[in-house]
Amino acid sequence: MNFVLLLEQTLNGLQLGVMLFLMAAGLTLVFGIMNLVNLAHGSLYMVGAYLATYFYQATGSYPLGVLLGLAGTMAVGIAVEVIALRTLYEREHLDQVLATFGLILFFNELAAILWGRAAIYTTLPDYLAGHVELFAGLRYPLYRLVIIAVGLAVACLLWFVVARTRLGMLIRAGASNRAMVAALGVNVRLLYTFVFGFGAALAGLAGLMSGPIHVVQPGMGELILIEVFVVIVIGGIGSIRGALAGALIVGMADTLGRAFVRPMLATVLSTTAADTAGPALASMLIYVLMAIVLALKPQGLFPARS
Amino acid sequence: MNSRKRAIVLAAGLVLLAAVPPLAALADQPFYLDLVRRVMIFAIAALSLNLILGYGGMISFGHAAYLGVGAYAVGVLAHYGINNGFLQWALAIGASALVALAIGAVSIRTSGVYFIMITLAFTQMLYYLGISIAEYGGDDGMRLAVKSQFPGLIDLNDATAFYYLVLAILVLALFLGQRLVDSRFGMVIRAAKSNEVRTRSIGFSPYPYRLAAFVIAGAVCGLAGALLVNHTAYLTPEFMNWTRSGELMFMVILGGMASIAGPVLGAFALLLVEDALSGWTQHWQLVLGPLLVLSVLFLRRGLAGLLSGNNE
Repeated sequence: MNFVLLLEQTLNGLQLGVMLFLMAAGLTLVFGIMNLVNLAHGSLYMVGAYLATYFYQATGSYPLGVLLGLAGTMAVGIAVEVIALRTLYEREHLDQVLATFGLILFFNELAAILWGRAAIYTTLPDYLAGHVELFAGLRYPLYRLVIIAVGLAVACLLWFVVARTRLGMLIRAGASNRAMVAALGVNVRLLYTFVFGFGAALAGLAGLMSGPIHVVQPGMGELILIEVFVVIVIGGIGSIRGALAGALIVGMADTLGRAFVRPMLATVLSTTAADTAGPALASMLIYVLMAIVLALKPQGLFPARS
Repeated sequence: MNSRKRAIVLAAGLVLLAAVPPLAALADQPFYLDLVRRVMIFAIAALSLNLILGYGGMISFGHAAYLGVGAYAVGVLAHYGINNGFLQWALAIGASALVALAIGAVSIRTSGVYFIMITLAFTQMLYYLGISIAEYGGDDGMRLAVKSQFPGLIDLNDATAFYYLVLAILVLALFLGQRLVDSRFGMVIRAAKSNEVRTRSIGFSPYPYRLAAFVIAGAVCGLAGALLVNHTAYLTPEFMNWTRSGELMFMVILGGMASIAGPVLGAFALLLVEDALSGWTQHWQLVLGPLLVLSVLFLRRGLAGLLSGNNE
């Protein structure tokens, strides 16, 4: 096996992993603290991608597009929380799943009306578009390196906020005993809205970063959402550490599986058999992984303390 | 709603359903025959989901998987020139039961939100599997050139005969479903839903009962899949799309989980509203989405609860 190719695919896996982490962190925070299963998290990913693309084209400035996209997604997230989701916190998970499923239909159709059903391709500014020669023989896209850096930076920031600040203390306290925190004079409702908006911004960040790599289209959020579920199930729901571990595992397994399952099968099977079975196996790999993890640890690798 | 009133409503509904083909012929609107047949097929699928969701408390977000497995069982046999309906439908039921056994064995070990996510993820896996098998049409799916053959018994190309077959299967499913939930087996399932600890302490381990219910639901839904592929004469991985699973869940919730016939009501309500909205505007999902949110927020007991004047 070619070493350069392996390294390149590992970097791709890392990039997918941090992307999944940004999504999983928001989802798991919202679940861990508000006990809300939010399927519409994927819609916020889509909103981020559309808004950033729109603002980039409108203003001509990429950083401005990113900032406005993030702020816009956060605003949309807060609006959704205040209008629809707030009443769902006390409901069963079943009701939450169904209501947020309704929201997905709404958002996908709204995006189709505003920007059309066709996929939109977003461009990058010149200073992000090039390649970097990591070492002889491996030229890697600069943009993907930036994604990895941003993702890891957000992970550190998240750890710092949750573990080391007063806000993080309130968040952790709110997760373990809402009534007690409220009795101590904290505005829990406002805290929840803030956490939801923060999670929305993380999803928006993942979405807007994915825009130039994939395409921006209605329904783009759901495909990644289901992978994020796999991440959360593997990592342990409600745990940010678990989200990071799960995201990196799934990102690596998915990317390396797609790159290497077919050639590896080709060494033992005939080429045609490998061509048939390879893609099928590669696309099933992360789900099989999830089943194995569940069989061994039904609560995931890093269950949240509760 | 007391049992007598319920029986009258049910009987009236069945008479209405049985009257659809002559009425559609009279009005020269075969479209309605087609529409109601499709709704009834989904009603069978929703009914099977209700067995585990409503009575068993297992929130499966992946029930469309068995629609897909049932449809592919028929389609794949037809692909190899085997058109015998008994064989095709037996395989549809058997294969769905097996898949449900595998998925259930892993997912029932967990509960709550894990269960929702896992069933969803496994269905997505099957969806991707369907997309990646080029032999069976991959992304595009394949046409069912010849419908399931039941020589000397029934011809599915006859729209009316097929309609009454679907109706008969629906009635049978309703009847057997009611018998099942009233049986000892059904009691254990319902007990495990309402209080797992007590169920254990009176000597029942819920796992095998839940798994059995999961497999039965999968098998019945597989039959609905076999009906569906004969209805559309086409199959694609979209049968297993996760939105399909969501729709099935909605049928159950909309209709009301507390009764066997509730999901049938839900299937009619959801699909007829969808049909009406999509005839009105191409952006019907923009309206349907908020409608669904509102129904979750305000229709706590579903349409069946609304009909009986009990909504809390």
